[in-house]
Amino acid sequence: MRKSITLGVAAALTLSVSSFSVAADTIKIAFIDPLSGPFAGTGVNGLHQYEFAAEELVNKKGGVLGGDMFEIVAFDNKISPKESLIQLQVAIDQGIRYIAQGNSSGVANALTEAIDKHNRRNPEDRVLFLNYSAVDPALTNDKCNFWHFRFDANADIKMDALTDVIAEDTGITKVYIIGQDYSFGKAVAAAAVRFIGEKRPDIEIVGNELHPIGKVKDFTPYSRKIMAAETDAIITGNWGADMLGLGKSVLENGYEGPIFTYYAAADGITAAFGETGEGSLRLVAEGQINPPASDAAAAYYESFKAKYPDGNISQARITNVIEMLAKAIEEAGTATDVVPVAYALEGMEHESLWGGSVKMREVDHQLIQDVHIHAHTGDDITFDYDNSGFGIKVENTVTMAAMDSPTTCNMRRP
Amino acid sequence: MDLILVNLIDGLVTGLLLFMLSAGLTLIFSMMGVLNFAHASFYMLGAYFAFQISMALGFWMGLLLAPLIVGVLGAGVERYGLRRVHQYGHVPELIFTFGLALLIEELVQFIWGKNQMPYEAPEILQFTAFAIAGNSIPAYKIFMIFISVIIFIGLLWVLTRTRVGMIIQAALTYPKTVEALGHNVPLIFMGVFGVGTALAGVAGVIAGPVLGTFPGMAFVLGSIVFVTIVIGGLGSLWGALVASLLIGWMTTFAKSYNLRMEDLLTWLGFTKPENIWDSAWRDLWTITSPQIADILPYILMVLILIFRPYGLFGKRDA
Repeated sequence: MRKSITLGVAAALTLSVSSFSVAADTIKIAFIDPLSGPFAGTGVNGLHQYEFAAEELVNKKGGVLGGDMFEIVAFDNKISPKESLIQLQVAIDQGIRYIAQGNSSGVANALTEAIDKHNRRNPEDRVLFLNYSAVDPALTNDKCNFWHFRFDANADIKMDALTDVIAEDTGITKVYIIGQDYSFGKAVAAAAVRFIGEKRPDIEIVGNELHPIGKVKDFTPYSRKIMAAETDAIITGNWGADMLGLGKSVLENGYEGPIFTYYAAADGITAAFGETGEGSLRLVAEGQINPPASDAAAAYYESFKAKYPDGNISQARITNVIEMLAKAIEEAGTATDVVPVAYALEGMEHESLWGGSVKMREVDHQLIQDVHIHAHTGDDITFDYDNSGFGIKVENTVTMAAMDSPTTCNMRRP
Repeated sequence: MDLILVNLIDGLVTGLLLFMLSAGLTLIFSMMGVLNFAHASFYMLGAYFAFQISMALGFWMGLLLAPLIVGVLGAGVERYGLRRVHQYGHVPELIFTFGLALLIEELVQFIWGKNQMPYEAPEILQFTAFAIAGNSIPAYKIFMIFISVIIFIGLLWVLTRTRVGMIIQAALTYPKTVEALGHNVPLIFMGVFGVGTALAGVAGVIAGPVLGTFPGMAFVLGSIVFVTIVIGGLGSLWGALVASLLIGWMTTFAKSYNLRMEDLLTWLGFTKPENIWDSAWRDLWTITSPQIADILPYILMVLILIFRPYGLFGKRDA
């Protein structure tokens, strides 16, 4: 509560200051994500990463279009799609042209639809949707539109990379899939079954089950079953307390093989796993933190830690969002008309701060990038998470993952 | 066969943990007639206090001190909160404890943040006690069983064999008479409330490393504790024990064996609809026991309330 009030006050102050000093020279980006409630931790951490990226990568370098500065304006959506639409309207009314959102595909689905509708009806004040985290594949397939750009690898791309690594490991002949009982958990399970079937039909899927989301007190019975199935690997899309509970329980009960995850890092999870996760936990994500890809990346992380000692750079892609947007605005020569900006973003190639190059695919606005399989470890970690001494280190890399993957997107361009 | 033994042990651990929570709650209820909604919050406080103490003084001091602090806090809540509200009747008391639960959750988030705390079992207990057919039983679980059993025996002894216990039991049924005999009944109430919350604190201390120490931990366990004391019979210590173990084993077995509704229905003589994915009965036919494991105790509670409203071991008339 308190945080959101401070944020609100801070936002109001910055707004009032900027309105009379540099009003014409700021490009505002609305950050619509949870800043209160159970997911506030993730939201606030993301906001810090945005503010820092805008300051460090754009404003300190003199801004764009010869001096226009980026400004992040925070809106609390309480992770509710309904609330998000209200905040979207507020942002548009304030003249904001760029909307950034990431937590929950449910929210992203609502926003992308509303933005598409708004842009069709109000050609004079169109907005762009910069989706930095919502990974539901539908957003760049059936539900794609010209205004939506996804900077994270979607759930299918991540599973593709994950199964590449599993397919190469001949020691794995049995796999157990477990996830939360809702759309994302089901999407992960379906993708895992499909890709494993394609790449290694000999692998037996010894378990494929869903558990209630956020309601399981003790994962011991599940881990007993996993042990009884004598599996060589576990795949899970669990996040938050469900990830920690499941992981700790299977490890405690004698499981020693790899656990392939999407979200087993940062926000307290890395610290809580600590020593026990070493050697087992794997995580699929973009953005190489350890070892640092370059001196620039290391310097960037260090100055972030200096400003937010308790924070983590858990969403490396946020720097891509900011840098690519700055580049696109520069190329388009305008920040107020988003159509040329969107055309500039389409097909843009970019050298990521975290190493490797990325490309915004024209056909569906999905960013194609290197996807890494990270290991949770305490060795050789330059930048740890949660100040725990443990962090994630790149083990395998799939360059330009899923570059030629098919899409059902049929985009209408203005 | 081996797996049954392993599940029996797992269920025992879950059940005994539940017992430590429900024992305090059922005692408090039988004394004051108050359903303490904040009971699980004291459990959470126990875990957080123990985590904080263990950072400075180690796990064992946490195990010793955290329940004491929680108990004193609980006694304070009774003395300065509940006792004042008591004169207005039961509904204000309920509302008071409900508000307290919300307050504690917000406070915990305010002080420790929303993330999981890295609260760990002590090094000395981080080994495998024994293994049954590849399923290892961590030493910490044995330790949990050990602590809970000691507490149960201790409680039973105090309540049935000591003078204090006799006065408490007398105050349960005839508070006015006990007061007339010169005993300080409000003090007894405060003591029972303190001990009850301290028990919840112990449960938090030993469950924190296993079930995770996070702001939602009270919420996750809150409702099931009430279910336990309703099934066991309000106010009965034995009832609380039996109901806890029953729930522990029931949920553990339901989760570890994939019993399918399909098999049950076929066995009952129904035939599966041809086109199951379009059928209105799809959800019923595709249910598996792990999916419904966590609601089984609630179903049991409803059945108990219908057929034996005073619970398995309850003495009160319906």
